Amino acid sequence: MKATAEPKTKDHAALAGTFNKDEARVDWHDKTLWFVRQKRDKAAWQLPDWEHLRETASQIKHNVLSNLHHYLEAFEKQAQQNGVTVHWAADAEEHNRIVHSIIHKTGITRVVKSKSMLTEECHLNDYLAAQGIDVVDTDLGERIVQLAGEPPSHIVLPCIHWKKEEIGQLFHKHLGTPEGNSDPQFLAAAARVHLRERFMTSPIAITGVNFAIAETGEIVVCTNEGNADLGVQLADVHIACMGIEKIIPQRKHLGVFLRLLARSATGQPITTYSSHFRKPRPGQHMHIVLVDNGRSERLGSADFRSALKCIRCGACMNTCPVYRRSGGHSYHYAIAGPIGSILAPGLDMKKNADLPFASTLCGSCSNVCPVKIDIHDQLYKWRQVLAKNGYVSETKKTGMKGMAFVLSSPGLYRFSGAVGRWFTRYLPFAVNNSLNPWYKQREMPQAPKESFGEWYRKNKKKS
Amino acid sequence: MKVAIFIPCYVDQFYPQVGIATLQLLEKLGVEVYYPEKQTCCGQPMANSGFEDLAAKCNDLFVENFSGYDYIVSPSGSCTLHIKDHLHVDKHEAEAAHIRSRILELTEFLTDVLKIDKLPARFPHKVGLHQSCHGQRGLHTSQMSELVAPGFSKPQHLLRLVQGLELIPLDRADECCGFGGTFCVGEEAVSVKMGKDRVADHLHHGAAYITGGDMSCLMHLEGILRRQHSTTKVIHIAEILNAG
Repeated sequence: MKATAEPKTKDHAALAGTFNKDEARVDWHDKTLWFVRQKRDKAAWQLPDWEHLRETASQIKHNVLSNLHHYLEAFEKQAQQNGVTVHWAADAEEHNRIVHSIIHKTGITRVVKSKSMLTEECHLNDYLAAQGIDVVDTDLGERIVQLAGEPPSHIVLPCIHWKKEEIGQLFHKHLGTPEGNSDPQFLAAAARVHLRERFMTSPIAITGVNFAIAETGEIVVCTNEGNADLGVQLADVHIACMGIEKIIPQRKHLGVFLRLLARSATGQPITTYSSHFRKPRPGQHMHIVLVDNGRSERLGSADFRSALKCIRCGACMNTCPVYRRSGGHSYHYAIAGPIGSILAPGLDMKKNADLPFASTLCGSCSNVCPVKIDIHDQLYKWRQVLAKNGYVSETKKTGMKGMAFVLSSPGLYRFSGAVGRWFTRYLPFAVNNSLNPWYKQREMPQAPKESFGEWYRKNKKKS
Repeated sequence: MKVAIFIPCYVDQFYPQVGIATLQLLEKLGVEVYYPEKQTCCGQPMANSGFEDLAAKCNDLFVENFSGYDYIVSPSGSCTLHIKDHLHVDKHEAEAAHIRSRILELTEFLTDVLKIDKLPARFPHKVGLHQSCHGQRGLHTSQMSELVAPGFSKPQHLLRLVQGLELIPLDRADECCGFGGTFCVGEEAVSVKMGKDRVADHLHHGAAYITGGDMSCLMHLEGILRRQHSTTKVIHIAEILNAG
């Protein structure tokens, strides 16, 4: 049998089109995430100095990005003094190799991992699995998508696209829970039993990093389930993986970010656990892997630098009217939504050329962003970069050229307008057909007999 | 005060009554209005698609048409924002800068320059206000629900001056309608779903009319309303403020 060709990667519009075939599900997804946005609003309004806090966080991150080399070296020095082994990885592949080599040296094959978007970005699980390492994600949402063989659809709420009944079925299949039981409390208890066994038998714990403090060399991991703590406390080896932009200068700055992070993410005043890891306990080994993977390049770009301020709260996804109605997987990148759409093209322009166009540029994302990244302006700027580099389709380019040609000439514009209106008025089938994506679910505007310009010339023109 | 009106291309071609209402309203309020006849488009369709370069001739034309006025007023938040943010012409940068700083969306002009606090308008209907994103979040014509900041709304202020008009509340005060320029065809499924949801919010609260400052959003919502055979209509805010 001939090997089947790898399916062509679908773009956002096509994937969103599929998602929209089930309108009731779109409604449910939209309402679920809108509820989170509303919780965020309530939490923000409880702090009168909210906007000041956002500005402060943005400025701290600005300082960090301007002095990153200095803070990274200070962090490394402090961490080493704390007895931590620090590794540097230029890209995803090097990161994966480093993590594997640490695990390989121990001879252990069972690993627990708490939530880390960086390891998603680097596809660490797939890499380790190929090397015979069994990694279990211990964040409940992540475990659910892992059992389902899917990537997370949201950076804070990885299985937000799953309904509880579906999770009940999934657990029945993989964890042996009774068929038809979809009681969230029961399912969480079942997951707890399942994960407890893994925690107890996995001597290696991988965690992500929310904040790394240059002053002290410590890392801070925020979770609601305490799974990072449990994993690390039970493990002989702790491997923390972080992007180099996670640095903050001093401990005193942490309060600014902890106040913003959970409020922006879920509307909680703070995550249930904000765990500080500074040094390994006696007999334990602690490793920190600092990963670049395109970040230095981004740092060198004035237009896109501030995207590195992101603290991965997911607020831009919850507020995004497009994300809510297209689902996280339609973005085909580890980080979905508006922030993912400005990060992804930086890593692979060709593969992610569609993402900056998956937006109406409404600007809601920039307004909720706790570190004030100008997300929608960067979406616009990415469109320019993508067009310049030839990643926008020829059809669109030709269309735009034609449009620009007409609109650049007042005479031609008047003539074309009159012709266009004539067609719409007298030959509606020429525009009202299935080849016109506007007409599929919308009526065309009704053409008036004269344009404003024509009316003006007849009625108002001062001679 | 010499004021030019910029009537965006799609308004000119498909919604001339909006241009007429804008002109009549401004004249009613004592403004000397000019309509530079060689105007076409702000260039946004090309630029938002990634082809800013292709908008260069539109920019030249815009500067040619709109230099030398005290204000340029347009019944579109989106086109106004595009000019404000992106109008550049190497050879005439001083003129371009003047235009960028002097172009105002209609409700901004009425509220901030003319400081209107009464209007001879009458429109005895239930009206829902669609806050178009570029006017609201871009030009800041009203407060945005994401920010922890005191509320205000220029279009609402004006609508409240209209006799008989009942402004209906909405569940989501400033959610995008999904038009988004070429997004409306490039991302047809999501665009339509966003539009349907916006329409549903207005209908649920009993709107007989959906109004707003941008005919592009309203054209999208109108397409959906008409497909649903709804009796609810769209109407540009200039038409309401000029009514009666």
